[in-house]
Amino acid sequence: MPTFYERKQIVTPGDLLAENDYMAGDNTYKENGKIYATRVGLVDYDNRRVSVVALKAFYIPYIGDLVIGKVTDVTLGVWLIDINAPYPAVLRASDALNRPFKPQRDELSSIFDVGDVVIAEIVAYDRTRDPLLTVSDLGLGKVKRGQIIEVTPTKIPRVIGRQGSMITMLKQETGCQITVGQNGVILVSGKSLEDEQLAIRAIRKIEEEAHTSGLTDRITEMIKNEKRGVEHV
Amino acid sequence: MSKKKTEKLIDKKGIRIDGRELNKLRPIKLEVGVLDNANGSAYIEQGKNKILAGVYGPKEVHPKHLAISDRALLRCRYHMAPFSVQERKSPAPSRREVEISKVIKEALEPAIFAEYYPRTSIELFIEVLQADGGTRCASLTAASLALADAGIPMRDLVAACAAGKVDGHLVLDLNDVEDKEGEADLPLALIPSLNAVTLLQMDGKATLEEFEQLVNMAVEGCKQIHKLQKEALKAKYITVKEEPKE
Amino acid sequence: MKSPIIIRVKQKQIAQLVSQGKRLDGRGLTDHREFQLETGIAGRAEGSARVRLGKTEVLVGIKIDVGTPFPDVPDKGVLTVNAELVPLASPSFEPGPPNENAVELARIVDRGIRESKAIALEELCVEPGKKVFIVFVDVYVLNHDGNLIDASAMAALAALLNTKMFKYEVKEGEIEVKPGYTPLPVKDYPVAVTFAKINDKLIVDPGLDEEQVMDARLTITTDKDGNICALQKGGYGYFTTQQILEAAKIAKSKGEELRKRVVKG
Repeated sequence: MPTFYERKQIVTPGDLLAENDYMAGDNTYKENGKIYATRVGLVDYDNRRVSVVALKAFYIPYIGDLVIGKVTDVTLGVWLIDINAPYPAVLRASDALNRPFKPQRDELSSIFDVGDVVIAEIVAYDRTRDPLLTVSDLGLGKVKRGQIIEVTPTKIPRVIGRQGSMITMLKQETGCQITVGQNGVILVSGKSLEDEQLAIRAIRKIEEEAHTSGLTDRITEMIKNEKRGVEHV
Repeated sequence: MSKKKTEKLIDKKGIRIDGRELNKLRPIKLEVGVLDNANGSAYIEQGKNKILAGVYGPKEVHPKHLAISDRALLRCRYHMAPFSVQERKSPAPSRREVEISKVIKEALEPAIFAEYYPRTSIELFIEVLQADGGTRCASLTAASLALADAGIPMRDLVAACAAGKVDGHLVLDLNDVEDKEGEADLPLALIPSLNAVTLLQMDGKATLEEFEQLVNMAVEGCKQIHKLQKEALKAKYITVKEEPKE
Repeated sequence: MKSPIIIRVKQKQIAQLVSQGKRLDGRGLTDHREFQLETGIAGRAEGSARVRLGKTEVLVGIKIDVGTPFPDVPDKGVLTVNAELVPLASPSFEPGPPNENAVELARIVDRGIRESKAIALEELCVEPGKKVFIVFVDVYVLNHDGNLIDASAMAALAALLNTKMFKYEVKEGEIEVKPGYTPLPVKDYPVAVTFAKINDKLIVDPGLDEEQVMDARLTITTDKDGNICALQKGGYGYFTTQQILEAAKIAKSKGEELRKRVVKG
């Protein structure tokens, strides 16, 4: 049952990771019983599953994902939203209005205009069409205040943490509202600019050190130190 | 003013005009992630060649009617800067650049998982800043890295190298003078894990036996370059991997 | 149904047949289609030839003009090859300047002629550094049914062999035309053989249907001594080194067969 790398070694596309009884996980492909990496990243062997935690990847929409995007176009009955994916996302007027769109009466740009940021959920997506969004649930809709930062989408799971441990701690320690879009866009909204900056610094640090262990504790300590006014090394 | 043909391209000891042995590559420097705006990028210096490659995408296809329903469209533009060669070259794309753009695109296509991103386009831009022979191979080598740097899933990296015949000898990685005054030049691109030749061209004349040797020589060159490519990709991230001090 | 999209059922059929060593039109894997060659068709050209390879039809016209040489080769004539994929030849050809396929086709044909030194360019110098003859090779694709490369290369060679230049004398730096004609000095006979790879097998002279199914194509041009003088891999797939070397051997012998027919006229 040969594997050719150790866990967390860097691999590049085309590297042979394992042979035979292994399953091809994220960022790998299997051919003739051999499993190869498709992206640059850190290899992981979990039971019989080989995967690569990619160091850089772009967001691919999934139904049910929460995303944060920017309105790029307002056309008849539809907004086009940039969600940092290879495909533009579509938000229908009827979804935002909760009733059919009336072209004569409804001025769409008064609801969302070009440049607005919206929090939405992906309700439909397949290989033949662009992702469809909804804003009709609680917590979705236009962003009115706060700061937006972009993070490589592969790091998002780390920002959330196992069972939300990291994100819960971040919200608690910084006192900020933090909305994490699966597409790598994060909204931070706090009581003061300093609180928001602190949260952002913490998120950036998570992004840089996503592959290391003991991260949650280190970040917690960093935040506590900063709040106390101590320089964190 | 007519150009004088270089006296002898290879001396009695089998040493070339730039001091190399017959089967040696020029010094190669590779750097990944050099451009900020592009989704992926790479820079190569090979001998006196200086080439930059940048990738945008996968993104929406413009114009829309060019989109392919079940895969991404790879578009490539190989372009030489007007100051890249001795006599200023017009910025307008020449037929040579059009052809090279095409063969580079076709050399990379088999390596990328285009079928994962239907109806998108992947745009690859190559700018030759300084040219010294073998630019299409060096461009390909850098372009592969730029695609990997952009996070586009690939079966493997594509490495490219030329072999040729100069003064009757078979040599690896021709420089500009050898390319212009030699008897044959054979650029080749290889996906090593599949033993797949994805670019193959030849200018000049070679017997069938010489041809076989040239192909094998170029393949060996590609394998060496492939190792350098992997190192360059890892080098960019090696600092990330180190555990921070407690 | 004349659209360029090939139906899936036919795709499977072609691939299956090739695995069994057969082709849709009953040819062997290394057989060219029947071809016909006619010369002297375009009366206003100095030389011309039309090749019908299966249903692929290509017309090449040669025009000779006087011009200035390249500065780094002042004593040689100039060869320039252009290819037009005219819209009437295929529903997939659009009007406009040559696209990448037309450019590639022209350059492959050019390479075959140039690298084999088929035209004795040194005999086309009128006054070194000032006046030389320019040989314009214009490839005109009239019907596209696959393998434009081999058809174009053959037609170009036949057209060159058909080309007659006016006799002349140089008097005080000026060209004075004299009665009679002299053939263009052609010293070598490059012939292109194109392979398509389908289901890991190589087939020679792909028809349009086969081109739409193939993984990749490889063109190998040989000269009269069996040397390889030009090579081009095209298409989105790849070849292994073994396949390349195998193709080279076949190209040498097939090339010789084609050469005999073209040179004979």
